[in-house]
Amino acid sequence: MTRKQRRLILIGASVGVLAIAVGLVLSAMRDSIVFFHSPTEVAEQKLGVGKRIRIGGLVEPGSLQRGKALNISFKVTDGKNAVPVHYKGIVPDLFREGQGVVAEGKLEPGGTFVADTVLAKHDERYMPREVVDALKKSGHWQEGATEDPKGTALR
Amino acid sequence: MIAELGHYALVLALALALVQSIAPVVGAQTRDAALMRLANSTALMQFGFVALSFAALTACYVTSDFSVATVFENSHSQMPLVYKFTSVWGNHEGSMLLWVLILSLFGGLVALFGGNLPATLKAYVLAVQSWIAAAFYLFILLTSNPFLRLQPAPLEGRDLNPILQDIGLAVHPPLLYLGYVGFSIAFSFAIAALIEGRIDAAWARWVRPWTLAAWMCLTLGIAMGSYWAYYELGWGGFWFWDPVENASLMPWLAGTALLHSAVVMEKRNALKIWTILLAVLTFSLSLIGTFLVRSGVLTSVHTFASDPTRGVFILAILVLFIGGGLALFAWRGPLLKQGGLFAPVSREGALVFNNLFLTTACLTVFVGTLYPLALEAITGEKISVGAPFFNLTFGPLFVPLMFAMPFGPLLAWKRGDLPGVAQRLMAAFGLGIVAAAITFAVAGEGSIWAPFGIGLALFVMAGAVTDLVERTGLFRAPLATVRLRAAGLPRSAWGTAVAHFGIAMTLLGIVFVSNWAGERIVALKPGEGVSLAGYDLTFNRMERRGGPNYREIAAEFTVRKGGVPIGTMAPSKRDFASRDTSTTEAALMTRGFSQLYLSLGDTEPDGSVAIRLYYKPMVLLIWLGPVVMMLGGALSLSDRRLRVGAPKPAKSALQPAE
Repeated sequence: MTRKQRRLILIGASVGVLAIAVGLVLSAMRDSIVFFHSPTEVAEQKLGVGKRIRIGGLVEPGSLQRGKALNISFKVTDGKNAVPVHYKGIVPDLFREGQGVVAEGKLEPGGTFVADTVLAKHDERYMPREVVDALKKSGHWQEGATEDPKGTALR
Repeated sequence: MIAELGHYALVLALALALVQSIAPVVGAQTRDAALMRLANSTALMQFGFVALSFAALTACYVTSDFSVATVFENSHSQMPLVYKFTSVWGNHEGSMLLWVLILSLFGGLVALFGGNLPATLKAYVLAVQSWIAAAFYLFILLTSNPFLRLQPAPLEGRDLNPILQDIGLAVHPPLLYLGYVGFSIAFSFAIAALIEGRIDAAWARWVRPWTLAAWMCLTLGIAMGSYWAYYELGWGGFWFWDPVENASLMPWLAGTALLHSAVVMEKRNALKIWTILLAVLTFSLSLIGTFLVRSGVLTSVHTFASDPTRGVFILAILVLFIGGGLALFAWRGPLLKQGGLFAPVSREGALVFNNLFLTTACLTVFVGTLYPLALEAITGEKISVGAPFFNLTFGPLFVPLMFAMPFGPLLAWKRGDLPGVAQRLMAAFGLGIVAAAITFAVAGEGSIWAPFGIGLALFVMAGAVTDLVERTGLFRAPLATVRLRAAGLPRSAWGTAVAHFGIAMTLLGIVFVSNWAGERIVALKPGEGVSLAGYDLTFNRMERRGGPNYREIAAEFTVRKGGVPIGTMAPSKRDFASRDTSTTEAALMTRGFSQLYLSLGDTEPDGSVAIRLYYKPMVLLIWLGPVVMMLGGALSLSDRRLRVGAPKPAKSALQPAE
């Protein structure tokens, strides 16, 4: 084999593997990506029932109800609209009324969002960025209200 | 006073770095040995000053000097002493100081132990190292100064994020940074080689130990981070494909590829250009990782604060070094001479295969991590790319890589004998098939991936053993000969086998946990019990306890197996008043390599308490694998070849100019 042929084999193999990888990425992109929506988007747009999505906002104060056998319901709000959420299981430590939350799951025909994952903040000082954006969009974001990287030091 | 001293020391380090950025380059251009030697002293002094700066910040934390803003925000006078130390880097500013401390440490080590490097190469390496250091000193001083004072000084600190109040913080970030930053050496060597337009096998021999050491730290650092997340976050998961985790996985994948291609370059003088490119890319990915985590682009437990100026600054550093590195590569790379020839089926070929799949896997992780950011920037649409995406892309690429792993070390250099190697691996392959068949018979219906994964893991393990058996002639030669051969076998050969065995252990653990883990989520009252995987747990009582800076509610459970008590588990929930926040402390019970995992949820209105109980079979293998991999790396690092170093080059280059 000449040097040229060897190099061709090498390049051919690389292109082959890359093509496989691109194929895998594209097929995975179609099925396994979850879109994020704010409660207003859920209310205004006709989002597909049964499709996996994420919603985010604040846990509406007074909406949290704990049922039997670890069932919980609460509402996720962005100030304009609220989506009722149902979840069964244990919520994160920092899950509280009035705090930011992101829930992943599916929308039921009745308009209830059944979540299988509930994410809260890791740190009481910061809010999930998606939630901040959702609140900003609905005009209910107060600058410096909860996200305050520097100002706290000067209080 | 101490804080100002630390601040001043950091400014001095910056000044030294600026000198070191220019003087050795001028020295190398004009063959001025004195100017080149200057870099040795400045590199060591830089380390001294950064260490002084770091010590000053540590002193502020240990003495709880709340007049320093970062101490006020991240410490508390009642915090245990060990956390006062670790909270130094439990925040953005301090962790960047740790970053440059390690960077300057590596620069100092090159200055100290690089005595046998050609003078000009060493000068360039130290200069490039200093460019990086200068950029990060500036970043700290201009945007993330940890020494800023508060006026008036508060009486009490705001405490460290409770999730970080764990021994994991003492281990995970320093190890991870040793890995990230350690790759800067490979980068500096690559840039130096490109500037000189010259590279040879000796270059790879110098770069390999540094890369190996960085890779070992990164391997262990990632594993420790994974274990920490497993027990601290209370979810029992070991890997979430979180962008921040991916940020550390990408340099690891590229670094692993670099490690293997450097072998080809060292032994066969081939793949030079590719190795240089990989060295540039690996450190670039470390920088991207730092950017993702530190810029506030992502929100996670790792993002301490988001300040837009910081993101922009790191982005500028990123563009400068990655763009500059790649541009230099495009310009000077073609000057490097091509090396040895090899047939597609050969040790070199196998290592090329390894590189191809590792870099492609790295690319899929890169796409999955950055695509959501790009999409949001362009269309404003928010998506999350999680485990399903990576299982469908990363998984299929790792399978052929694992399968080919036992073949590589058995193939000969230049031209290998694939049928011969396959024959020697028959026993290992048979073992894999048998294991898969047994798994299928026992587990029955269910995922076909479980038998496949177990068969693959055992094939790789047995393949690693086969490699050693073949090399020592075990079962064929008399025992005395075998012992002699084993002693004569290069440590790097042992290292390869051990490291490959380690990755198979991790695979085995992942297959077990993802297929046969058990989970129960129930609400219990005292006296009630729950059973899982043959273990019976009885809820005895709840207890309120006080800690140094928290109050906790602990639940006590008795664990029985077959009616015989085997121990108690006491998960708890801690409330941190200073931050108005709480954490879940899971209780773990280790049985062999498997674990029972118990964490507490909320107390229900009727007085019962929610618990989450997991049975995680063989879960410890996931983290023992990386430990074994690291040991393999250490064996390889202790190889005589690397210990003694490359043969000394001709003295001519070292002579001072007349």
